[in-house]
Amino acid sequence: MVRSKFFVSLISSLGIIALSVAWMPVPDAAAADPNTFNRLMKPPSKRNPPPTQDGIHDPGSIGTQGLQTPREAFKPLPPAQSGNYVDWVKAFDAKKIQPRFDSKDPKAKPVIMDLTIVRQVKGSMPDVIFPHKQHTEWLDCSNCHPVPFVPQKGANQMSMASIMLGESCGVCHGKVAFPVADCRRCHTETKGKATKTSAKAAAKPAKSKKK
Amino acid sequence: MALTLCKRITVLVLTIVCLVLLTHNASHAEYGDVVMNKYSDDSGIRPVVFPHWFHRVRFRCKVCHADLGFKFKAGGNDINMLKIIDGEYCGACHNGDIAWSVENCDLCHSGKPKTPTQVHESTLQKLIRPAGAPK
Repeated sequence: MVRSKFFVSLISSLGIIALSVAWMPVPDAAAADPNTFNRLMKPPSKRNPPPTQDGIHDPGSIGTQGLQTPREAFKPLPPAQSGNYVDWVKAFDAKKIQPRFDSKDPKAKPVIMDLTIVRQVKGSMPDVIFPHKQHTEWLDCSNCHPVPFVPQKGANQMSMASIMLGESCGVCHGKVAFPVADCRRCHTETKGKATKTSAKAAAKPAKSKKK
Repeated sequence: MALTLCKRITVLVLTIVCLVLLTHNASHAEYGDVVMNKYSDDSGIRPVVFPHWFHRVRFRCKVCHADLGFKFKAGGNDINMLKIIDGEYCGACHNGDIAWSVENCDLCHSGKPKTPTQVHESTLQKLIRPAGAPK
């Protein structure tokens, strides 16, 4: 009697364990082993999860089940190390994506401003090169000027701390555009070269061309 | 002896189920996903999840953030269904012409109830709640 009870509970326990494992395809290593590698990092297997497993969609909703999965959409796009793990600028330049510039007119083209700004930075980090070109491909002038950036040389004070808190570049970078941990995508210019480049940039101001 | 084993197994199973439930609730949302819950919970419908990634494949930032007037701030836009059906905000495209229309409630209102308004996976969110911290 006792033994049969034991077997019943054993079998049901095994059943529950099997169900749990099936429901949760990627077990949380951090929860199982406190001394696992990269305890605080998101493992690659958990990047770009389908909406049903991302923790913010309701998996019980019919709508959630009808949504596209990021992995499916990102498959043909060039990879990156952070954010969506997609290099959006490369994808755009290679015409892997062709986002509309106007909601109704698929042929509308932006006026591109090809002007780079060099920002000399404190400390040992390389100076920042800000390319207007890539930004005017995606955005309108009014998105950045006069708020959060006054269109005047030396008028905009910023720090990495304020950027990480969502100010200036942090309005987009760290939320939708590539995150601030991708230091070298902005800090590209070796110190000392800066004066030369800014002089060059100043020599050909606001060169805009129709694309 | 057998009963003790039963108890042990029961405890083990409960622990595993709890762990699975806990870890399953952890958020691993896609970078840039915005949950909008200004009015949804109070209105008895699931909050909205806005996937930036899906939209930036199809539209440049400027379309929504300059032409349609979406501010760069989660919760900074006073959006409601009346404005949408009158063609403002989401309704500028979700009108059955450019994108599917408002009768597909569940496609937008697909968030977990009680999820607060925020940009998911943002640097700010990570700073306040580092990865691995209970969310």
